[in-house]
Amino acid sequence: MMESLAISLVNAVPVLSGVPLWTITLLIMVMVAAVVLTFALTYSGLATYVERKVAGDIQARVGPNRVGPVGILQFLADGIKLLLKEDIIPAKADRFLFVLAPYLVFVGSFAAFVVVPFGVGLIASDLNIGIYYVMAITSLVVVGVMLAGWSSNNKWALLGGMRAAAQIVSYEIPVGMALLPAVLIAGSLSLQDIVRSQGGLFGIFGWNLFHNPFTFLSFFLYYVAALAETNRTPFDIPEAESELVSGYHVEYSGIRFAFFFLAEYGDMFVVSALATACFLGGWHVPFLDAEALPALWGNLFSLGVFLGKTLSLVVLMMWIRWTLPRLRVDQLMRVAWKYLVPLTFFNLLGVSLWLLLFHGKGIPQMIASLFG
Amino acid sequence: MLVDFATVLVFIVLGAVTVALMLGISRLLRPRNPTPVKLDTYECGEIPIGSAWVQFNIRFYVVALIFLIFDVEVALLYPWAVVFKKLGLLAFVEAFIFIVILLAGLAYLWKEGDLDWVRTLQETPAAKEGK
Repeated sequence: MMESLAISLVNAVPVLSGVPLWTITLLIMVMVAAVVLTFALTYSGLATYVERKVAGDIQARVGPNRVGPVGILQFLADGIKLLLKEDIIPAKADRFLFVLAPYLVFVGSFAAFVVVPFGVGLIASDLNIGIYYVMAITSLVVVGVMLAGWSSNNKWALLGGMRAAAQIVSYEIPVGMALLPAVLIAGSLSLQDIVRSQGGLFGIFGWNLFHNPFTFLSFFLYYVAALAETNRTPFDIPEAESELVSGYHVEYSGIRFAFFFLAEYGDMFVVSALATACFLGGWHVPFLDAEALPALWGNLFSLGVFLGKTLSLVVLMMWIRWTLPRLRVDQLMRVAWKYLVPLTFFNLLGVSLWLLLFHGKGIPQMIASLFG
Repeated sequence: MLVDFATVLVFIVLGAVTVALMLGISRLLRPRNPTPVKLDTYECGEIPIGSAWVQFNIRFYVVALIFLIFDVEVALLYPWAVVFKKLGLLAFVEAFIFIVILLAGLAYLWKEGDLDWVRTLQETPAAKEGK
């Protein structure tokens, strides 16, 4: 995609024809990455603000309201404060790993944005292994979290890091299994292909969510497992402040701490985006085909639709966080291995049997064929 | 094809550069006056006893082992899902056998109590025989 963009750019601006094609391609890539980075940072900042407002509303208080109109600039003030804070690396810590950990966590979270299908043509790179790539690259976050916990040489951090690693790897199985039905239906790992497979004439009933009862269940299994994978309450035992102070990043201060925070919000976006793309029809809306619109309007429209769906799921995560109490560590492991893993297996067999018996047709298609 | 993956590399490099850049900016702005007490490990205000690099619960190791098996399985099922529509019944039967074998393993782990976080010794058959 990038290469064809570069070629069309050279054709449009003849002055560039002397420049080697790969330089132009690379420049376009860097620009795209910079745009996505700006989006990711702005989103993370605003998400912290929204989270505190949601928390405030749920606990019947106001939340941040001092910086800027209704406190909306609070995240800038926080960011500047974190930049100005003294950086403390404990004397007993393993310095190299301590410094390395935020890099892994932030890069792992940011690199997952490559395959997020923001719109009809708005995807940094439509990798043919899309979903698989997200699962692989977000595993970097686990390594970073474990390193952070271990290198701090702090008992709270070590326990938090180990718990986080055990939790994330446990819930990675249900996450992977719950996303498989979308792959089965689309017959492709590319996220754009999966989104396209949910278009068509049925409006919201074209979405994988309503394809058959098993995919309906899949969505909820995925969402629960994804909540746990991002270490959000009710699954936030790794940072349980009442017992572990704040878990793996207890020794991190200032801007180094900020990277863990940014990565957490980035992860929330990525898992919500995956849920949207795989089950909620991505950038599809009922009765309007974004791909048929002129390129600019189609892209803008689909971007709005996709962000609307994804950010709703993010807000839902915040809502859940401030509503439910946290699980105990043994309950957490029980939910993963005794409930979610067998259920997702059963679910996968159910979906594949359904596709086999009804030749890949979903319930809405079958009802539609009844009426000719 | 490979150009697609070059984008991934660009993202990874840009992510790392961002972290380095922000740490650099912060270094120019932030104060720096460390004291031995400030650099000490945090342990709720107490003077820390010993190192944190100690032996910890064996359960974490068991979870890692179980994870390894099931993660390989998920990795294998992804290509299967892509070609499922083409292969049809054959693919279903193969995956069914594959999943049943692994679920038998899960059932064994369940029975042995390896899925329980808090586990008393009396629960294992070996411990019962030893009594």
